[in-house]
Amino acid sequence: MSISSHETVTKMVGGLLAARGHEPELLLQHLIAIQQAYSFVPEVAIDTLSAAMGVTRSRIRAAIDFYAFLHAEARGDFDILFSDNITDRMAGSEALRDQLCQRLGVTPEIPRADGRVTVGLTSCTGLCDQGPALLINGLAVTALTPLRLAAIADLVEAGTPLDHWPADFFAVQDNIRRAGLLLSNPETTGAGLRRFLELGPEAALVEIERSGLRGRGGAGFTTGLKWRICRDTDGDERYVVCNADEGEPGTFKDRVLLTRYADLVIKGMTLCAGIVGARRGYLYLRGEYRYLVPHLEEVLARRRGQGMLGRDILGQAGFDFDIDIHLGAGAYVCGEESALIESLEGRRGVVRKRPPYPVVSGFRGLPTVVNNVETFLAAARVIEHGGYWFRSEGTEQSAGSKILSVSGDVARPGIYEYPFGTPVNQVLADCGGGDAQAVQVSGAAGVTLAPAEFHRALSFEDLPTAGSFMVLGPDRDLMAMTRNLAHFFAHESCGFCTPCRVGNRLLEALVEKVAAGHASAYDVEEMRHIGGLMRQASYCGLGTTAANHVMDILDKFPDTFQRRLRATDYTPAFDLDAALSAARAITGRDDAGAHLEEA
Amino acid sequence: MNLLNSFRLDGREVPFTQGQTIMDAALAAGVYIPHLCHNPELAPHGSCRVCVVRAGGRMVSSCTAPAAAGLAVDSDTPDIQASRRAILQMLFVEGNHVCPACQKTGACQLQAVAYYTGMLAPHFTHFFPRRALDASHPDFVIDFNRCILCELCVRASRDLDGKNVFAISGRGIDSKLVIESPTGRLGDSAFAASDRAAHVCPVGAILPKRGAYAVPIGQRLYDRESISQVGDVAANEGRTAL
Repeated sequence: MSISSHETVTKMVGGLLAARGHEPELLLQHLIAIQQAYSFVPEVAIDTLSAAMGVTRSRIRAAIDFYAFLHAEARGDFDILFSDNITDRMAGSEALRDQLCQRLGVTPEIPRADGRVTVGLTSCTGLCDQGPALLINGLAVTALTPLRLAAIADLVEAGTPLDHWPADFFAVQDNIRRAGLLLSNPETTGAGLRRFLELGPEAALVEIERSGLRGRGGAGFTTGLKWRICRDTDGDERYVVCNADEGEPGTFKDRVLLTRYADLVIKGMTLCAGIVGARRGYLYLRGEYRYLVPHLEEVLARRRGQGMLGRDILGQAGFDFDIDIHLGAGAYVCGEESALIESLEGRRGVVRKRPPYPVVSGFRGLPTVVNNVETFLAAARVIEHGGYWFRSEGTEQSAGSKILSVSGDVARPGIYEYPFGTPVNQVLADCGGGDAQAVQVSGAAGVTLAPAEFHRALSFEDLPTAGSFMVLGPDRDLMAMTRNLAHFFAHESCGFCTPCRVGNRLLEALVEKVAAGHASAYDVEEMRHIGGLMRQASYCGLGTTAANHVMDILDKFPDTFQRRLRATDYTPAFDLDAALSAARAITGRDDAGAHLEEA
Repeated sequence: MNLLNSFRLDGREVPFTQGQTIMDAALAAGVYIPHLCHNPELAPHGSCRVCVVRAGGRMVSSCTAPAAAGLAVDSDTPDIQASRRAILQMLFVEGNHVCPACQKTGACQLQAVAYYTGMLAPHFTHFFPRRALDASHPDFVIDFNRCILCELCVRASRDLDGKNVFAISGRGIDSKLVIESPTGRLGDSAFAASDRAAHVCPVGAILPKRGAYAVPIGQRLYDRESISQVGDVAANEGRTAL
């Protein structure tokens, strides 16, 4: 960089600091803004931030190295990342990426020599119902076709700024196919909040408890209990955090909820704040959904104007609450609540030790409620209609409804809301995926279902789910899914604990070995051995669930691996004879004695 | 013994005080649970997972799990030792640990715990990462090949020395120890030989210069006694000439 551009960067960073603040917890937000401006984080920006925020350079570099969307080296002016979920691959994303690379003359992940463009991959971008999808400079482009990519290549070559690109490239459909208890007749006025003011915090909390609402992010902790613990824990401040880091491959319902039902989500957060006594909230939005920020800011501003956010909400003295949006930057693990809080505080998203749980010691070490987008929406509707209304649907331990993100080999991908207890069969029938070979329920960390299990009921009792529902049709090779998921976990492990950090990489290598036809029965046993250890000994839920997909394939679809195995006891992952080629070249030999026979 | 303040570790009654972890109580009672990232001087970490035990039917790291009255804890059982062995094997293949050629052999906790759990070979496919050596500091050298990411130096520098010389950067298998200095080199950092961070490394990653092999191989700490008898490297400082 030239000296003048050093000055430009310093000035830009100074502007950021002046606009948003110097608190260390803003570090990640500043880094994201710098990345967007320069396609990387220049050294001089690190120096400026370090000096102004009182954060060490190594901590800043550590964050840049941790988050997939931050870079220490320049990317292209147009940074294109293809969503690499299995549903994208099933829709042909790999061929499309090759096509674009060829047209633009780039090698994947390497900026073109003129600095114009980079083409790479990223984990599921939450657009599985309208993929293949990609992100360009952080903005989502959907429904990719060869035609659309040809147009993109031309725009990139012409250097056309993104705001002059055709708007329909960036159009994201909601695809709500089935609205149930939560999504029907949404109320966006202040009625829910007024109801809360009539009830008062204690009676409102009792309604939440009565509803039996459990967290919608997957773990299913009872929401009323979480809120009560927060309310009862001493603290100078309390915080409400909305987990909109929807990173589980195949889930995109939160994207739709934040698009169409943002008022209800924000209302749910506001009610939670009123109940637990919080004055500050954060909406932690995954970086992939950055395109939603203007919309969400608009909703927040409108609600402030309507007296439903800010000081003395609806005229109630002392009912103060406001919300900031914090962006993520490409890290699946940040969907875990304590890793999310670490990220919210501007650090690498590494899961905290528990206890203490975030509800007792969370953001800034103070009591913090972290709930999923859907949980806040459900809570808002519970306050409107009462706990019994919510309980009228669902099962004994799973009250209410669940919103599913349905994608893959189905006629009608999109958002489906069902009462808890609905069997997988019915979802398949409704979405047009009746001939499915397998369904991946609850994402990469979830469970692979074989047809014999399609009678099972979506519920905490039987088949818990955070909402992802990916359907694999009869002609799919499940090996492709296994490879995709093994790579996903190796990429997304935070690296804190040994079994997850090393185990995922070992599993990925073994899955690739099977796919390449070099594996034997021994390798399959190795996968079970490593997978079992990861389940038992990993530090957090990412590690304990990361081997599920391999174990499920081994148990339920053994032929996927078996038909690729060699009959030998053991075969190395490399070609022994090829490994000797360097020695042959040096010695000038190529006779039969210089070659190994195939075992 | 007051059963309200004790739990059973492999069938043996172990007393504890409120706030102690299973590891704290076990160490106080003289019961060895193998570990790498734990050091009683520093806040529990729970990352290496070598100290996993089965408590109340669940696998937990004993260094972070609170002791609880009446808890039944299994530690020295064949299946748990097998899990620990596999975790150690993962650490061995992840880095470049060449014991016979390492200055720390015989006084290395990774090696000693591996012996204790009966690990005979690394088993998994080696990663053979390419990692650099940093000899820029006048008194100490860092060999990143041997770093096991236990973060003891990170914590000691931050919490005991108040310096933040070390940090962990990156993600997943690319996680790495980094140094806080303008060049990223130890010689340009605030690190000093007198720092606690200089004396907590359980392996041969952070080593003092000069004086290597003062104690011959065969007569070193863990050559003489098992780690289950003599404990951590850091606890034997002064007695542990390299």
